[in-house]
Amino acid sequence: MKNIRLIARLDIKGPNLIKGIHLEGLRVIGSPSEHALRYYQQGVDELIYMDCVASLYGRNHLGDIVRSAARDIFVPMTVGGGIRSVDDATQILRAGADKVAVNTAAVANPQLITDIARRFGSQCMVLSIEAKQVGLERWEVYTDNGRERTGLDVVEWVKRGVAQGAGEVLLTSVDREGTRKGFDVALVKAVSSAVSVPVIASGGMGKPEDLLEAVCDGGADAVAMADILHYKRADIGEIRAVAQAAGLGVRNYERST
Amino acid sequence: MSAAPDVTVIDYGVGNLLSVQRGLEHCGANVTLTADPARILAAERVVLPGVGAFGNAMRALEQLNLVAVIRSLARRQTPLLGICLGMQLLLEESEEFGITAGLGLIPGRVVPVPAQSVSGQAQKIPHIGWSALQPSSAAGSWSGTLLQDTRPGDAAYFVHSFMAVPTDPAHRIADCVYGGHLIPAVISRDRITGCQFHPEKSGEVGLRILRRFCAD
Repeated sequence: MKNIRLIARLDIKGPNLIKGIHLEGLRVIGSPSEHALRYYQQGVDELIYMDCVASLYGRNHLGDIVRSAARDIFVPMTVGGGIRSVDDATQILRAGADKVAVNTAAVANPQLITDIARRFGSQCMVLSIEAKQVGLERWEVYTDNGRERTGLDVVEWVKRGVAQGAGEVLLTSVDREGTRKGFDVALVKAVSSAVSVPVIASGGMGKPEDLLEAVCDGGADAVAMADILHYKRADIGEIRAVAQAAGLGVRNYERST
Repeated sequence: MSAAPDVTVIDYGVGNLLSVQRGLEHCGANVTLTADPARILAAERVVLPGVGAFGNAMRALEQLNLVAVIRSLARRQTPLLGICLGMQLLLEESEEFGITAGLGLIPGRVVPVPAQSVSGQAQKIPHIGWSALQPSSAAGSWSGTLLQDTRPGDAAYFVHSFMAVPTDPAHRIADCVYGGHLIPAVISRDRITGCQFHPEKSGEVGLRILRRFCAD
């Protein structure tokens, strides 16, 4: 059985770890490095850093945060927010990231997906999709952290993105994000059955059990968690235990002695 | 206090070496990144990293005159650790984009990860994620290898589409399972070791392997 991955998602604004609801009303949680280290020590499988204002200002604040994380965190790191070119991707990978997540710039220029995948490999190119429900079983792609609509259908866009070379999909439900209401399972299922690359479900995890639906019914390969971890409503060990008890494959992790 | 161990990482333009460097530094090593043949020949121990395509990597090593250098490291019994593509390069040849010759330090061939599970279902390629390490069938104890401090079942982080299969099962010391197939995870011959996974991205399990290499 393939192991699902438990991923901590850190949304960043300037130097701070923040959290919003529907990607808005951002509240400062604290230091990104302290939280990232805590999740690493709890045995998180991967980290995702998203600079949530980078698209707005066309800047990327993440380089320093990632560079410092790479000193004492030894699990894969995906970094997104404000990556507009192969050069931006190169910089962030040199800072210690393993993969880049691209949303706004990929919508504006799908060729960027191909360019990054050709240069660094598909496994390095994560297509980040912000989805809002617009009808029965229909979702629209948003950019700029859930602010701008694009008119693109999520399922059509994910197929296009994977055809362009995306090796993985980070799928954020803007409707569920920060609400603790559970994942948008229908959205996860629509996307994971449309493409063969791994899909990371993000947005809405209120309790550890919520991941079971995303994986078993939605077909997610990984779940990204923020609120539930930042507010210490569960730690990675508890979440892993819930997945394991439900019969899901997870990474065998023992706290180091 | 004994001096920090020196580790030389071959910088031949494939992939990001920062994580490997940071992982080794975390284990107390003095790390040098270089493509200079003289410095590599003089090194105490050498890491051959690599991501990307086999053929490109061999061409880069040839252009930098490093193929003969790495082969002579093996003759000198300098500890050598190949990571991911760096492990695959240790073998004689690869099937990636036609047959390409490798360094030939461990007999064997690099072949695609099976695209179907043993039960016949399509499986995702590349194999990405955490998989548990287990002793290979012909392997003896992990004692005396870089896995000395690793326990069977410890998980490591893999990202790969091809796998390095040694001809002699005795050179295969650990496997992981993907879709029911046994995939070589660690291979070893004399003082040469190859890891298909990324020890620098495998948490404490990976750091223990790097620490053991630094003490080699």
